[in-house]
Amino acid sequence: MPALIQHPGYSESELRRVEEKLVCRDSQVSMLLSIFGEPQQYSYPSVFIYGHAATGKTFVTQTLLRELQLPHALLNCVECFTSRLLFEHILNQLCAHSPSPDNEFSSHTRCDSFNDFIRLYRQLADLQQQKSTTYIVLDRAEALRDMDANLLSGFLRLQELVGGNVTVIFLSEIVWEKFRPNTGCFEPLIICFPDYSKAELQQILSLDHHPEYSADLYASYINILLGVFYSVCRDLKELRHLAALNFTKFCEPLLKGEAKESDTHRLWRNIEPHLKKAMQTVYLREISSSQWEEMQQKEGELHLKGLSAHAHVELPYYSKFLLIAAYLASFNPARADKRFFLKHHGKIKKTNFLKKHEKTSNHLLGPKPFPLDRLLAIFYSIVDSRVAPTANIFSQISSLVVLQLLALVGHDDQLNSPKYKCAVSFDFIRAIARTVNFEIVKYLYDFL
Amino acid sequence: MSKRKSEENCLTHGECISQAQRMLRERFCHQKIPGKPFGVESQHKHLLELLKRTAVHGESNSVLIVGPRGAGKTMLLNCVLNELLEVKHVQENVLQVQLNGLLQTDDRIALKEITRQLHLENVVGDKVFGSFAENLAFLLEALKKGDRSSSRPVVFILDEFDLFAHHKNQTLLYNLFDVSQSAQTPVAVIGLTCRLDVLELLEKRVKSRFSHRQIHLLSSFRFKQYLEIFKMQLSLPEDFTDRRFAEEWNQNIKSLCEDRSVEDVLQKHFCSSKDFRSLHMLLMLALSRVTVSHPAIKPTDLLEASRLCTMDSKANILHGLSVLELCLIIAMKHLSDIYDGEPFNFQMVHNEFQKFIQRKSHSVHNFEKPVVIKAFEHLHQLELIKPMEGPSVRTQKEYQLVKLLLDNSQIMDALQKYPQCPTDVKQWATSAFG
Repeated sequence: MPALIQHPGYSESELRRVEEKLVCRDSQVSMLLSIFGEPQQYSYPSVFIYGHAATGKTFVTQTLLRELQLPHALLNCVECFTSRLLFEHILNQLCAHSPSPDNEFSSHTRCDSFNDFIRLYRQLADLQQQKSTTYIVLDRAEALRDMDANLLSGFLRLQELVGGNVTVIFLSEIVWEKFRPNTGCFEPLIICFPDYSKAELQQILSLDHHPEYSADLYASYINILLGVFYSVCRDLKELRHLAALNFTKFCEPLLKGEAKESDTHRLWRNIEPHLKKAMQTVYLREISSSQWEEMQQKEGELHLKGLSAHAHVELPYYSKFLLIAAYLASFNPARADKRFFLKHHGKIKKTNFLKKHEKTSNHLLGPKPFPLDRLLAIFYSIVDSRVAPTANIFSQISSLVVLQLLALVGHDDQLNSPKYKCAVSFDFIRAIARTVNFEIVKYLYDFL
Repeated sequence: MSKRKSEENCLTHGECISQAQRMLRERFCHQKIPGKPFGVESQHKHLLELLKRTAVHGESNSVLIVGPRGAGKTMLLNCVLNELLEVKHVQENVLQVQLNGLLQTDDRIALKEITRQLHLENVVGDKVFGSFAENLAFLLEALKKGDRSSSRPVVFILDEFDLFAHHKNQTLLYNLFDVSQSAQTPVAVIGLTCRLDVLELLEKRVKSRFSHRQIHLLSSFRFKQYLEIFKMQLSLPEDFTDRRFAEEWNQNIKSLCEDRSVEDVLQKHFCSSKDFRSLHMLLMLALSRVTVSHPAIKPTDLLEASRLCTMDSKANILHGLSVLELCLIIAMKHLSDIYDGEPFNFQMVHNEFQKFIQRKSHSVHNFEKPVVIKAFEHLHQLELIKPMEGPSVRTQKEYQLVKLLLDNSQIMDALQKYPQCPTDVKQWATSAFG
């Protein structure tokens, strides 16, 4: 097999190793290699690589740098959430120092500011006498934007600042336009890692086929899987996870002897409803992967309640009514209160009251804020018995806020006329209302 | 003897290319100083004159070099300094202090850096000791002790000058300008900045001590000169090891300049920006395609490089979305069309999407609501939609108001290029009424 990727400066065996590891990324690899150039040559000061999740940004860069044995430091900006951590990690990796019990988990040198980093980096470069390009890879670079303002601009022109042969590679899912500081900066070289096409996904996913079964069988399984999930999810990691999870179910008819490997139609009929079920459960992490596997082994029906099915919350009696009152206050306009909650509200013309174009719009727009007085007024009118406005009632309101069932709007005044919003869904409140025998639908403006 | 020498000079083809690559890469990536700056002769003369007066006659000066990014401010300054340092008397005499607003983020760090670069007494090895006040007093003392005739002049170079103006009380700038105003040690303060309104950032007392000398570098050349620069940047120098290769290379560059398609590419590039950096990026991309099997730059290389430079990144991101996410974007497009750019929430988007599905009899795109929410969150994660309220305001995720950060034409272009786009989705996008 002739090597597709050729480059002077790197040995052929190394390049072949790289090529074997990186599937479907040939043009990106050769592009990166041509930008890197030979080890001794200068490379562009900063390279920005973007693309969707799981398009091989980190994997390609890491494999290239590791297999070609280029000096590099690879770090994740989410992990290194302060600039000091970032600097010390880079220096640690460049001088192959790792925190261990022997050195009491300390880093190589203390480095507080960018100025120190540049100074220490220069010292290190002088010490190591390295001629070839050093690469600093910053993964998840979008986190850099929230750190110190000088960090991103500084790393973009690091080559100029240290005056040495160094290239900084940024990896991110977000496009470069959202990074640019408002006073401008050194523009990096921008490379896009495009998404995998369906055929490429098929090819990559088919790589990890089960040793006990033939490759064709696994390929046809992947084909079915992609048929179900491709329109929703193109994330390779997610698809791989789902493929690994459901393969045993796919093979079930083979083990039982009900079907042969060539019986694709029967296999498809067996797995397809199962995969559709998986989309509603495992894909959304409603039930965990281990639970899913357990269920498959027991061959039980898929009737385990997911995470979101446990939405029912036990609340005290008055808290329930307070929450119902809050829901009514949030989703009903204030002018409708008189009609719903007053016994002798006089005549209101029905045609006037229900403006046609307003119907069902409240459940579309979301909850509206309401003052505390209105909440209490509705509360007293829906609770049958007489309730004293004790400290208990008010503390229940504030603990509903802490439980995030209510939300405080506008934090300007805590004591004097605070405003709230109801933050629960319709299904939730209906379940609550049912427990106290309150027909909430009759009181909702939208359902009139 | 002569024969052997010519043999030595004749490198193999691969080595030639590798050497040419190295030389040109140093020029494009490392911003190696060219022999002579281009198109800024008057500014060059002005600055050289000014620095000479400090270095030779012991006069204190301050100047600001202002120009857009990539206009060659640092290059000009370095050229002038190089020329200045060629004089032996100056080389022995002048001290340089390089500061950068990105690195010296406050005055304390800047002061330590100055002390370190001047090799003053309280420096041990590479570290500087003493508190901020001590450092400042010490430095001022050292600067004040000197006088015009006897002490060595110091050239202060402040890169990203506008960032120094954001320091507290502008202490550093005040002290530097103050020294340059009074007859003490001769100093030249040179600020480099890309902000035209930089003087507005200075405090009154600092501003009054500044000499108000500004050198503007506004790349004011025409396309003819741009072509000239292009040629100059790509050509190999006369003293290249292999003369024949260099001649061939330069000949090729010359013919490249005359090529019609190359000129179009450059014209396009010239219209979008005139700075050197973007040109360097283009040339670097074209150069990186040169290998042994492809020994010269062809017009197609430049075309390809320009294509890479001008790619629309959002279109690339849109290309990788799933069909469901694309449907949500179309629903959002309809919503912003109907409600004239008003923000919307997930519930409205879902409602719009549901209307589309109900109209179609076959329900291929019929997904459960949580699956749709997941797709919506992915769009948020890619920053294609932006929440209107900050993260501090707690609302349910269905009711959070968001805005679409895409243009209508971008969406339509993406739809055209989308691989295997379902026809009904395409029709839905083009139909005016959601």
